Amino acid sequence: MLYRDAGRDAMMIHRTERMSLLDVDNLSLSLDGSAILNGLSFDLWEGYVHAIVGPNGAGKSTLAFALMGLDGYRHIDGDIRLDGESIRGLSVDERARRGMTLGWQEPARFEGLPLRRFIACGADGADDETITEAMQQVGLDPARYLGRAVDTTLSGGERKKVELASILAMRPRLVLLDEPDSGIDVDSLHRIHDAIGLLRDAGTTVVLITHSMEVLGWAQHAFLICCGNIVDKGPSDEIVRYFRNKCIPCDHKNAPTLAEMP
Amino acid sequence: MTDEQPARQLADIASIHAAVGDEDTAHLLIGLNEVVSSRAVAGLDVDVESHDEGVRLRIVVADGAVIAKPVHMCFGLLQQAGIQRIDLDFAVGSGAKIDVIAHCVFPNATDIQHLMNADIRIGAGARYSYFERHIHSDAGGLLVVPKAKVTLAEDARFRTDFELVEGRVGTLKIDYETTCGPRSVLEMTAKVAGRGDDKIDIRETGHLTGEDARGALTSRVAVRDDARADVYNKLTATAAGARGHVDCKEIITDRGIANAVPIVEVSHPKAHVTHEAALGSVDSKQLQTLMARGLTEDAAGDLIIAGLLS
Ligand SMILES: Nc1ncnc2c1ncn2[C@@H]1O[C@H](COP(=O)(O)OP(=O)(O)OP(=O)(O)O)[C@@H](O)[C@H]1O
Ligand SMILES: [Mg+2]
Repeated sequence: MLYRDAGRDAMMIHRTERMSLLDVDNLSLSLDGSAILNGLSFDLWEGYVHAIVGPNGAGKSTLAFALMGLDGYRHIDGDIRLDGESIRGLSVDERARRGMTLGWQEPARFEGLPLRRFIACGADGADDETITEAMQQVGLDPARYLGRAVDTTLSGGERKKVELASILAMRPRLVLLDEPDSGIDVDSLHRIHDAIGLLRDAGTTVVLITHSMEVLGWAQHAFLICCGNIVDKGPSDEIVRYFRNKCIPCDHKNAPTLAEMP
Repeated sequence: MTDEQPARQLADIASIHAAVGDEDTAHLLIGLNEVVSSRAVAGLDVDVESHDEGVRLRIVVADGAVIAKPVHMCFGLLQQAGIQRIDLDFAVGSGAKIDVIAHCVFPNATDIQHLMNADIRIGAGARYSYFERHIHSDAGGLLVVPKAKVTLAEDARFRTDFELVEGRVGTLKIDYETTCGPRSVLEMTAKVAGRGDDKIDIRETGHLTGEDARGALTSRVAVRDDARADVYNKLTATAAGARGHVDCKEIITDRGIANAVPIVEVSHPKAHVTHEAALGSVDSKQLQTLMARGLTEDAAGDLIIAGLLS
């Protein structure tokens, strides 16, 4: 048992009230011969904001890619079930059409692709109103940005906001947001927070991948991962405390052997 | 105006009704070897001479003339087969300014040759922008050979955009060569999408011979099926302060073949020219980003390529 607090597991007894949207069962993944994810099992409850927290190199992005089924991350052991049904064999776009999506830590840039087209592409038949609304929700002034392309002329923070706007327009059932705060200035951070609130209010299940204590605080429930293992899970305020007290000072620096795990 | 019917059809296909209907906009519509519609404006002198296989055009923009609205030219063949040869002599006077939009429409082509030979001289401080858009049939039976020799006097600016993304290319051989005087600015861009057994051959050359001349050669090419693209873009810099950049991107899908040879030649210690070329399949992160919004791989690839060629 890797979990720090067996008492905390009592929470899981209430799982029937918390509908599991995605359940991950003993998920392992090796990349180029190195084990990156080591038998992770957890549930994502429908309508909750979850956080996955952990130090650099813990395997957070890899986990998101494996859940989304990106190319190169599909050869997993274990299973991933959406609504109780295995999605192991499904491609990225098939998973997306079932309501899953991903916001990248560093989003791709596209030469010549109009922002309007990009934001609309996940939102079947999105009208202009949906697009401008999504832009406003992340703090992008449509008058200034609608004519731009999703290319290298956007700053890193602007590009992250465009990504989030496209996710808002898509109205997914489950979104994996990899470091939604990276590159975002202090003034804009509340926008991102509000946008995540909007997703939650619309019933979207949100997974925030982060090592920021502030972003972790936005979640109701969190998983702490280290070296591709879940080392703790629970209400996010407790995970904040654990992360601050134990992980930040930890001299393992994300390289303990399994036997050394708490 | 000699024939209403082809004039309307050409305008239809090129969608330039507004331009043709506007009293202040100059236009010239040439079907095969005859002028089917034209309008001149002050400062712009156009002389057309027909021959069996096409026309000889002499265009002069008077010194200092500023042509306010873009001039629309349309070259086309509504027939399936034929040869259209355009010889163009284009002189832009000192300090003049003109924008030309050329529509080359061959909607029914099964066996057509469109051969353009241009001699373009841009006077001191003049500005000329030339946008050439092709609309081809889906049959692929076209041979398009645009050739141009361009000279830029001091402080002149020349910008050319070639776009062939609608219909099949057939065989395309672009050959532009420009000589750039002091402080002049050259921008040449070609955007082409090939499929089937299309053959694309792009040779854009810029000689930065004047002090502080600047040049940028850009090509964006997508090839699918068994299409092939060869891009040989070349910039030479022989004067102090000359600066330039050659930029080529080619995306291939299916069995497409891309070949790019950017050549930069610098023979002055105070000149600086750079180049970059990126050839290959559609970027995986871009694809997966769009697929994570629910687009199929094909739809995502099409959107990425459309952006690149837009
Ligand atoms: N193709 C690969 N081959 C081998 N190791 C890899 C490969 N890709 C990623 N890794 C390693 O897997 C580990 C987890 O990487 P991942 O990107 O998931 O970390 P992360 O938790 O998202 O870190 P960060 O906070 O820095 O974003 C890292 O040690 C990384 O070097
Ligand atoms: Mg990461």
